[in-house]
Amino acid sequence: MSTATDTANEDLQHDHHDDHHAHHAPSGITRWLFTTNHKDIGTLYLWFAFIMFLIGGAMAMVIRAELFQPGLQIVDPNFFNQMTTVHGLIMVFGAVMPAFTGLANWLVPMMIGAPDMALPRMNNWSFWILPFAFLILIGSLFLPGGGPNFGWTFYAPLSTTYSNDSTALFVFSVHIMGISSIMGAINVIVTIFNMRAPGMTWMKMPLFVWTWLITAFLLIAVMPVLAGAVTMVLTDKFFGTSFFDAAGGGDPVLFQHIFWFFGHPEVYIMILPAFGIISHIIPTFSRKKLFGYASMVYATASIALLSFIVWAHHMFTTGMPVGAELFFMFATMLISVPTGVKVFNWVATMWRGSMTFEVPMLFALAFIILFTIGGFSGLMLAITPVDFQYHDTYFVVAHFHYVLVTGAIFSIMAAVYYWLPKWTGKMFDVTLAKWHFWCSLISVNLLFFPMHFVGLAGMPRRIPDYSLQFADFNKWISIGGFAFGLSQLIFLAVLIKASRKQGEPVDDRVWEGAEGLEWEIPSPAPYHTFDTPPVVK
Amino acid sequence: MAQQEYQKYYVPEQSVWPIVGAVALFLIAVGAGLFVMQTVSETWKGGGIVLSLGLLTLLVMLVGWFKNQIDESMSGLYSDQLGRSYRQGMAWFIFSEVMFFAAFFGALFYARTIAVPWLGGASNNAMTNEVLWPTFEAMWPLTSTPDGTTTTAMGWAGLPLYNTIILMVSSVTCHFAHVSLEKNERSKLTMWLGATILLGCLFLGLQVYEYIHAYRDLGLTLQSGVYGNTFFLLTGFHGMHVTLGTIILMVLFLRILKGHFTPENHFAFQAGSWYWHFVDVVWVMLFIFVYIL
Ligand code: HEM
Ligand SMILES: [Cu+2]
Repeated sequence: MSTATDTANEDLQHDHHDDHHAHHAPSGITRWLFTTNHKDIGTLYLWFAFIMFLIGGAMAMVIRAELFQPGLQIVDPNFFNQMTTVHGLIMVFGAVMPAFTGLANWLVPMMIGAPDMALPRMNNWSFWILPFAFLILIGSLFLPGGGPNFGWTFYAPLSTTYSNDSTALFVFSVHIMGISSIMGAINVIVTIFNMRAPGMTWMKMPLFVWTWLITAFLLIAVMPVLAGAVTMVLTDKFFGTSFFDAAGGGDPVLFQHIFWFFGHPEVYIMILPAFGIISHIIPTFSRKKLFGYASMVYATASIALLSFIVWAHHMFTTGMPVGAELFFMFATMLISVPTGVKVFNWVATMWRGSMTFEVPMLFALAFIILFTIGGFSGLMLAITPVDFQYHDTYFVVAHFHYVLVTGAIFSIMAAVYYWLPKWTGKMFDVTLAKWHFWCSLISVNLLFFPMHFVGLAGMPRRIPDYSLQFADFNKWISIGGFAFGLSQLIFLAVLIKASRKQGEPVDDRVWEGAEGLEWEIPSPAPYHTFDTPPVVK
Repeated sequence: MAQQEYQKYYVPEQSVWPIVGAVALFLIAVGAGLFVMQTVSETWKGGGIVLSLGLLTLLVMLVGWFKNQIDESMSGLYSDQLGRSYRQGMAWFIFSEVMFFAAFFGALFYARTIAVPWLGGASNNAMTNEVLWPTFEAMWPLTSTPDGTTTTAMGWAGLPLYNTIILMVSSVTCHFAHVSLEKNERSKLTMWLGATILLGCLFLGLQVYEYIHAYRDLGLTLQSGVYGNTFFLLTGFHGMHVTLGTIILMVLFLRILKGHFTPENHFAFQAGSWYWHFVDVVWVMLFIFVYIL
């Protein structure tokens, strides 16, 4: 990969001769509205995701305020339900997924030596439809009758027989989110297939690229299924069909099958890019090559394939035949094998490395430990008979927040801290970033760890009130929640300072042990990189 | 150096069309949402207007974007590599469409092999049947639902069979059109493509006729329980795709009359023909699983 430096320099000189090909960014608002530049679009995605993270977070604060004490005090139950629903939808479709797409936009072309994404105009379209989708979703909260209140999983008949009129708006906004994801995924796949620099063979591809390639495949495969699910909800509610109504020969459980056929691959969509990120950061700060590169690739691929045959572990209590319960139990447990391979590879990478603990590494280490806790609680849930007890309790909430917040979101934060200096050319405020890390780490565990206990003791999820014996834990959970929410304001401060280009200039490589094409180009990365592809040896 | 031969990958500077398209989708979503909500309550208004506005904006965007694209292509800005991007993009788009239909086929198979038999007491559901729907008997096509809605099944002989033949023939004529294009036989190209379009229109006409027949004579409607649901959603979405496919072929036809496309450079034609073959394959699946079995 060392040859890339020469090509990058050549590229720069070449730029000076090139007269009117705009190599600096256009200015004003139209720069962002009309842009076809993968870096601009990446930035848009990332800021959008962060804003959604704050809005969704604010809703979580409402939930935790209500649950601070037993009894109903702050919001009415219908509004509480709308908060849990929209919080979930925003975090999944508005925060985590767009953040990963933003990272893919910034990084994939730079990592494979491509001049841009393969389909730049479609790239712009994929992004700009998203804010509109969320405008509709959030706007529907203010309509008479309120917004969606049936949970982010919108199970029928909650979303059909018992939902309010604005369900139609929910359906169409989910359609737009799906269109955005599918177009974004097509762009990523085509870029990776078709735009790799000469010599960038499959098994030389950086792992973030590999994991995103497989994620994109999952997206294209399952987002249309989600579209099918919302469409059937729409016709059941408004046009008199009975897909999910036994009276007409349908079945509400059918909804769950379709939803989770999308939903389980969806959770891997939200974690595979995280695996890629961690596989970049751990080697850099351990100053060693990643242990078991090939096994990482194969593990990712097998996780993706297996993710299509485990969906009904979300439905153990729906009364499936015993054969199905067993099949889905064993298939689910099988997934933890490739997941375990990854965790062992990261640990083996660190083994006898000369490790340092810069901010991205702190987040990456926290990821490994806390994601693994989430994996273990997942394994507990995968055991059919015990899931009968845990299902729909706070234990499930604890599980998926460990894998999603301390998993997916910590990895996104790690990624931002890792590549931010490359994007801005300046080191971020390290002191503030460390405050952000430690405050987040402590509060997130105070927030989510006790949920395991109240869950095991039987506290149901998505209910605004609870029995008195859960009061102490819930108080602490809420305090952890508020603290975690406030900690993210430190992140906001770091990001604002960074976007104002404050801080020490960094060199091209930024981190001593960093490897890969993106570290060979100047910092900040020029507006256009690799107009002529580098040759990778 | 090998790089000397590298054809620059065309990265368009800026473009207004995507944001126009985003506004269009926004208006369509809000309009369609309100339009649907109007069917259940007086509270909601304006859906039709917003929806039409959105569709209009989408049309403007499509025309503008495609014109842009065609101009660029005709002025030789595109490289082989870009052509590959478009082809691969189209292929993945078709895959996403396959998965969209898969959701509805999945619903059909589930209803047929699981939901309906279980309502009739199969597996461990004897009490479901006994207590909830004692008179219900499992059958497929489900012509009498648990709540007593009755209907008549659509046979496969007659219209559906003709439609299958029509679409399969149209797949062949479409292929011949492609072959003619590659051999640069322009008059044959227009003839075969024209035939494909006519067959597409004929299919759509017969489909409309079949729907009228279903509603009027058979009492088979969208509300006729899960058999009618799967029937109309599957054939309906398929019909919408055939409509879109026919429009694409018509645009291609006009472009061919204007002398566009060469044996080497005809991504748009290729994409259109792939799309056409795709809707044909979906129909064959439909014919087997919705009509015959
Ligand atoms: C070792 C791997 C994993 C196993 C064995 C596992 C297993 C499970 C099981 C059995 C459930 C259903 C619990 C119930 O509702 O009773 C569940 C729920 C869930 N899991 Fe996992 N999981 C794993 C990893 C992940 C990952 C990596 C993510 C996301 C990044 C994730 C996200 C979720 C979510 C969001 C839910 C709850 C969905 C809902 O009902 O709202 N899981 N998991
Ligand atoms: Cu799952």
